[in-house]
Amino acid sequence: MDFFLETLAGAVRLIFSADADAAAAVVVSLQVSLCSVLICAAAGFPAAYALWSARFPGRKAVLVLVHALMGTPTVAIGLFLYIVISRRGPAGGLDLLFTKKAMILGQAVLGLPIVISLAHSALSSLDPRAMETALTLGAGRVRCAVTMLVEARSGFAAALITAFGRLLGEVGVSMMLGGNIAGKTRNISTAMALETGKGEAALGLALGLILLATAVCINVLLKLLQGGGRESSRGDRG
Amino acid sequence: MRTPRMIAIALAAVLAASCARAPAGPAHVSAPEPGPAGLGEIRLATTTSTDNTGLLAVLLPPFERKFGAKVSVLAAGTGKAIDLGRNGDVDVVLAHAEELEEKFVSDGFGVNRRRVMHNDFVLIGHPDDPAGVAGAGSAPDAFAALAAKGAPFVSRGDRSGTHVKELELWKAAGCNPAGKPWYMEAGQGMEAVLAMTFEKKAYALSDRGTYLSMAGKFDLRIVCEGDGRLFNPYSVIVVNPAKYRKANYLGAMGLAAWLTSPEGQAIIGGFKKDGKVLFHPDAVPED
Repeated sequence: MDFFLETLAGAVRLIFSADADAAAAVVVSLQVSLCSVLICAAAGFPAAYALWSARFPGRKAVLVLVHALMGTPTVAIGLFLYIVISRRGPAGGLDLLFTKKAMILGQAVLGLPIVISLAHSALSSLDPRAMETALTLGAGRVRCAVTMLVEARSGFAAALITAFGRLLGEVGVSMMLGGNIAGKTRNISTAMALETGKGEAALGLALGLILLATAVCINVLLKLLQGGGRESSRGDRG
Repeated sequence: MRTPRMIAIALAAVLAASCARAPAGPAHVSAPEPGPAGLGEIRLATTTSTDNTGLLAVLLPPFERKFGAKVSVLAAGTGKAIDLGRNGDVDVVLAHAEELEEKFVSDGFGVNRRRVMHNDFVLIGHPDDPAGVAGAGSAPDAFAALAAKGAPFVSRGDRSGTHVKELELWKAAGCNPAGKPWYMEAGQGMEAVLAMTFEKKAYALSDRGTYLSMAGKFDLRIVCEGDGRLFNPYSVIVVNPAKYRKANYLGAMGLAAWLTSPEGQAIIGGFKKDGKVLFHPDAVPED
């Protein structure tokens, strides 16, 4: 019990000591995971719309594949991208390995299937009459797409929240592609893995609590955006 | 509901702006930006023991200041560290497994191998020494006693220098522990293995430096030490620029020079934990 309480107390003390290394890790985590989630949104939403609206052979197979990829182990993605961007690999000339860009790339690959899957579900759960109404009112293809994307925005926000949660907490991609370099590519989760390995349980726990607090803040933020959206849309209908 | 939404949008905009800038430059990196005349960014793959003991934290900053360099440290087991050098993903390697190092050089991937320092390996166990190996005459005798008793043993299992040495000692003892129920291959760093050793009341081979730096955290003791076979030399090897032209060869040679210079060696010899020297300089030995 002593060990448990002391570790807990130590963690709380560390959080309020505003450690510079911990702050740097928080900044890296936020930069990398936010950039990745933005890339996931930019690529994933149009992809989800295409999968939902277009009819082409193999569409079902693509959907199954995307669903399956949601559960890819992070180290598998890390390893695959490592052999691609290693100096010995096909994209070695880009000098990406062990940089934040490499971490963003890996996390984007990790988050993309989540965003596509959940955005696709959000579109599928829309009232089919919405699309018909838009078409009847004379909207073109682009206008229709925009209307449907706006209609499904709360599901899209949920997709981003889920993806962001996974990216913020993942270790495998960040460790393999970032290299856990102090002050450069060390984020909260790789710092936690390191400190826990070193037996610095209090520091590891402090970082865990910071990670949790960060995730809560971002989720509250997105919920506010999402909640606001739902209210105004209800207003529109009334 | 209007105001929180506005705040949320504003915050989201700020976050988006801050992360849009992110990949452009290492704005928040604490070390000064290396000048045009500096050695630039040097990637060092090193064994976990040199990084986690805190040695590099005192050894590298004076070098970075003096030569306008930024050393990015990738801490991994020796096997992985040498692989990173072999793939050209780092510029210089600090390792402690002579056989792997020699192969790295003879295969043409590493050049300019220099001995930097040494410490020694120690066999660590529970303070009660339940398998009673403390009386063993030599390291292989101690390992043979562990195998005979079937005492729980935590192996690094990660091709690190320590793991390579441990396998060598099992061989010298005439045992093959692979697959035995008491033999646990952790596949983790030295610190994590020592933590497991404590939790499992087991035994483990450790470098003395890491053991000393962890001694205050776990109730463990040295049960075998001093055998000549437990000698643990560390060498620096530069990645061959003929294999990887984009490697920071000048920076790597500069770092290798620093590690083996009188200044660098004095820092190594003066680095202590609880009054004990963790690494003994070899390139410029103390008098």
